[in-house]
Amino acid sequence: MYDYTAFDAAFVRDRVAQFRDQVERRISGALTEDEFKPLRLMNGLYLQLHAYMLRVAIPYGTLNGAQMRQLAMIADRWDRGYGHFTTRQNIQFNWPKLRDVPDMLDALADVEMHAIQTSGNCIRNVTTDQFAGAAADEIADPRPVAELIRQWSTDHPEFTWLPRKFKIAITGSPHDRAVTRAHDIGLRMLRNAAGEEGFEVLVGGGLGRTPMLGKVVRDFLPRADLLPYLEAILQTYNLLGRRDNKYKARIKILVHETGIETLRAMIEDAFAENRRSFAPVDPALLERLEAAFAPPDFEPPAAVPQFLSPALRSFMDTNLHPHRLGHYASVTVSLKPVGGAPGDATSDQMRLLADLAETYAHDELRVSHEQNIILPHVPRRHLPSLFARLQAAGLATANVGLVSDIIACPGMDYCALATARSIPVAQRIARAFEDIDRQHDIGALKIKISGCINACGHHHVGHIGILGLEKAGVESYQITLGGDGTETAAIGERAGPGFSWDEIVPAVERLIGAYLDLRHGRAESFLEVYRRLGAAPFKAALYPEAAERRAHAG
Amino acid sequence: MTKAPHPQIVTANHLLDGDVIYLTEALDWTRQITAAAVAHDALRAHTLLDEAQSRPHEAVGPYLAPVTLDPQGRAAPLHFRELYRTTGPTFLRDEAPHV
Repeated sequence: MYDYTAFDAAFVRDRVAQFRDQVERRISGALTEDEFKPLRLMNGLYLQLHAYMLRVAIPYGTLNGAQMRQLAMIADRWDRGYGHFTTRQNIQFNWPKLRDVPDMLDALADVEMHAIQTSGNCIRNVTTDQFAGAAADEIADPRPVAELIRQWSTDHPEFTWLPRKFKIAITGSPHDRAVTRAHDIGLRMLRNAAGEEGFEVLVGGGLGRTPMLGKVVRDFLPRADLLPYLEAILQTYNLLGRRDNKYKARIKILVHETGIETLRAMIEDAFAENRRSFAPVDPALLERLEAAFAPPDFEPPAAVPQFLSPALRSFMDTNLHPHRLGHYASVTVSLKPVGGAPGDATSDQMRLLADLAETYAHDELRVSHEQNIILPHVPRRHLPSLFARLQAAGLATANVGLVSDIIACPGMDYCALATARSIPVAQRIARAFEDIDRQHDIGALKIKISGCINACGHHHVGHIGILGLEKAGVESYQITLGGDGTETAAIGERAGPGFSWDEIVPAVERLIGAYLDLRHGRAESFLEVYRRLGAAPFKAALYPEAAERRAHAG
Repeated sequence: MTKAPHPQIVTANHLLDGDVIYLTEALDWTRQITAAAVAHDALRAHTLLDEAQSRPHEAVGPYLAPVTLDPQGRAAPLHFRELYRTTGPTFLRDEAPHV
């Protein structure tokens, strides 16, 4: 875990004190809302449909038991006893009162947390692989680099008021679990022919109203050049990025309008300049960062219980990820119980997760962009007892990566920007496929739901994506097919006309029925069938009347 | 005076707690849409909106929302967004029964 330096601690406390003063000035009338809004957004405070919402940073999705317990305390003391884990590895509290927010931020600072860079047109919190530092397939832990970027970007005077928000994701594994191609900058760790560590740098990815996959701007960037190169990208974007139209202000539009070749040349020019003037990163700092994320004191291999219950085996099929050590596993705790709101956890659940992390998992927890909680380092000998405690708390849903493990943004149940609801759509789909054996039979399937075109629910990269819109005064849901957020990334293709509230769940059932009919056995996933056959058979299942009309016409 | 296609009310969020609020005939704020002042023409609507905008220390982001009227002539939500603003989150929250 990264521990705050005296500088970090003072910086966060100072920011809380500043915000406390800003809140008082807003309440006294000394600040107008127009003046206050950018200040509150810089501290993670939104005003949503029914209430304020505080978005708290969980940098690179990593936290310990004490921090999770403090989130539970905050939820109980100043909110309504629960929090919502987001697709950017953060947590949102949905019901804070304005006067309480400075106290909430102070309580966060008590455990080295904050709400900085969770909003506004700045470089947002860097996201990464939820299995970072644990995954068997990893080249290196990306979190020291993520923290380095955090230190460089926080309060960077040149990049605090960008044309738009700016999101960076980094993966240390060739298997991309951080959706790097859908970020303004994606960084993929790799080694060159000489065995040196560096990054493939992607630029111009993003979802939203104009979904685009990032393009490779640098095949190999040596690790030591990272900050001057990132600065060159940001400088180029800051100068050229459009400020006249917020819908065209993201770097993806700049890449699209300028062309990657031209932009690459400009970035390389700025990089050459930066490299001359940029002070190299202090090796002592790098060492300190590497040490902060050093692996825990792993225990030696021990016997694993011979008898594993069928329920545990089913859980292990879906909720375990291979660890770099064979006698360990990373355990995903699903926050997608049937009937629950995806990503929500009650304060009791947060406290339990803190206890479990401390008891069984070297006091580490992660948040995934898929809105689940991970215990990254669990000795396999603890799996039966861990599972029993999860089961007792209703947290043992064995559905990770399956049809009911749905990403859903808060949608119009909370969000001021939403055009339709998304949480209840996810709940209704999960209920329709409640039978866990049926879910295991259907296999790997990612459904992602956004309640507006801003795509916080990543619908463009869902195998089945659902976008909630308003059409003629009612909610309407558009389906996209074949999206993929991994190293084989693809933007989903729009299937056709939207479905009403009553039609959307049956439409998803028809899609999955078609997949089951078309697949070559259980080994062939939904996405693989889609890639083999294209959209046509799925469209025919979605729109049977149209297929019938075409058949008659033919 | 041009007649608005639908009657309108003024709604906003309360500065301190963020609650959904509506401007009343008495120019107070209420949390009940049925107690909102209903403007039947554009002039009245904009008079009410001006009043709300002059009180930024009480309300954030006031705007005019079209409404329908119940049999007693009280405002009721027209658009589903305004309906959800009156109800709070619409789904059953199994995990947080106190909400």
